[in-house]
Amino acid sequence: MTAAAVRTNGAAAAKLLRAHRFRAIELLPWLIAIAVYFLFPGYRLLATQILVLILFAISLDLIVGYAGIVSLGHAAFFGTGAYTAALLADAGWQEPLSALALGAVTAGLLGWVSGWIILRTRELTLLMLTMALGIILYELAKDLDDITGGFDGINFENSAILGLFPFDVLYYTTNYWYAFAFLVLGFLVARTVVHAPFGRSLVGIRENVRRMHAIGTPVQQRMRHVYVIAAMIAGVAGAIWVQVQGNITIGVYEFEMSGNILIMLILGGTGRLYGAFIGVTVFTILENLTETVLGTDPPYWELVVGIVLVLTVLFAPRGLLGVFDPLIRRYRERTP
Amino acid sequence: MTDVPGTAVLETKGLCKNFGALVVAKDIDFALEPGARHAVIGPNGAGKTTFVNLLTGALPPTSGAVLLDGRDIAGLAEHERVKHGLVRTFQINTLFNGLTVLENIYLTVAERMGVATGLFRPVGSRPEVVAEAERLVEMVQLRDDAGRTIDELPYGRQRLVEIAIALALEPRVLLLDEPSAGVPGAESHIILDAIAALPAEIAIMIIEHDMDVVFRFAERITVLVSGAVLASGPPDEIAADERVRAVYLGHGHG
Repeated sequence: MTAAAVRTNGAAAAKLLRAHRFRAIELLPWLIAIAVYFLFPGYRLLATQILVLILFAISLDLIVGYAGIVSLGHAAFFGTGAYTAALLADAGWQEPLSALALGAVTAGLLGWVSGWIILRTRELTLLMLTMALGIILYELAKDLDDITGGFDGINFENSAILGLFPFDVLYYTTNYWYAFAFLVLGFLVARTVVHAPFGRSLVGIRENVRRMHAIGTPVQQRMRHVYVIAAMIAGVAGAIWVQVQGNITIGVYEFEMSGNILIMLILGGTGRLYGAFIGVTVFTILENLTETVLGTDPPYWELVVGIVLVLTVLFAPRGLLGVFDPLIRRYRERTP
Repeated sequence: MTDVPGTAVLETKGLCKNFGALVVAKDIDFALEPGARHAVIGPNGAGKTTFVNLLTGALPPTSGAVLLDGRDIAGLAEHERVKHGLVRTFQINTLFNGLTVLENIYLTVAERMGVATGLFRPVGSRPEVVAEAERLVEMVQLRDDAGRTIDELPYGRQRLVEIAIALALEPRVLLLDEPSAGVPGAESHIILDAIAALPAEIAIMIIEHDMDVVFRFAERITVLVSGAVLASGPPDEIAADERVRAVYLGHGHG
């Protein structure tokens, strides 16, 4: 291509060309995450869980928010990554990073195989099939309790990360930074993908499938690719979730896991990656506050979740981050 | 040009489509020469859009064949036919409504150039794709609207995006499904001018209700009635055809 051919001149083109650039405000969540470690040492377990769930929610955002594939069974991948890492450690493979990588692989394989069937369907059928996959794996894990440990779970140990940093289930020092590091990594992968042409084409699928067929996109293949990517990231999140606790139960496959992560994502806002950060944090802290103030009876928390959902749908249909959209637009219009 | 077998770029043989007992395409033989300007007309419900869907592969035929460059393309999915140069527009705007005009075209250009599977390099590091999208936006005179989302545009301008998307795919065969449908009379000349300016080498089939447009544009006309070809030929022949006048032209033109 000659230089003349690649010259763009419009504002819309300029906007498209710089969409992937980092903005200063994107440092904010990471600075907060670093500050939390030092300011609230007593809450590191909770904070670590938030970091892992954010990674999990980001993986869900790739398929729900970008490709428009709504899933009620994303815990299938989270749980598969988790069990891969846990069972390997239990069997004596205690090196955490390779176990985590294998967790990503098994979750990705599950995504590749299940996606072949699930992604042929649409809307309600698709939703039901994702849910079915999650429930099948949960029941399977429950039946095979001599392997999975069932409700009681399995305790296991991992060796030190890179042979240098041992896990610390008491003060969550290493554990926190382990989750933090993989959140950074997973986020960067997701952010790269959504700003690449591949990610743009996912948005096209979400906006209008018929048109995507008519512009020559192999829609199903592309959905399957993002499904595998999302499954792998979810698998990593699941592996970290159990590695930092040194314990696994079949809870990782529970429907509640799939349902809650979807609620968190919708609460924060879909199709924007940062919605995962806000949604998971607000939801988890709210859950904790409810339990502290009202007690741990399930009805209380379920009531609060219900109210939060109703309020979100009524006042922030595009999620908590979506509330700021009009403000940002007005600001941008005033400062060209 | 006449229907010499073998020279057609797009052809159908005995194309049939039934939905249960309902026959929507009946034994359609049709041929589109390279560079053709061919109109398909017919009353509402004649099966014109179904015919387009059968050609593009959006619907599988019950029987019969669609041939592109003389080869049966039954085994090619809709998206694969697009890669072979068979492109359509939609009767009802089928666009990415939440995206800007430029992004609509960008997605299409990225797909045609084969970069849409790229996972790592961001859109911003491929200015040649964006520049090509911008060129197409300017070609249909939507430069001032490039940054606006589709749902912010009046319907007539949205129609232009339909055409720009089709052009972005560099079609060899272009199927225009009522390109000026829903466009206010005052704006329809923009659409028609855009169509008139299409490269001569593209074979174009246009479905249209407006007889002024049909007779101005078409070098050949095929009349569909109840899913079957009633008549096919040059415009003057069709205009003189008694059967066509009876079922179709008679309604509006006396």
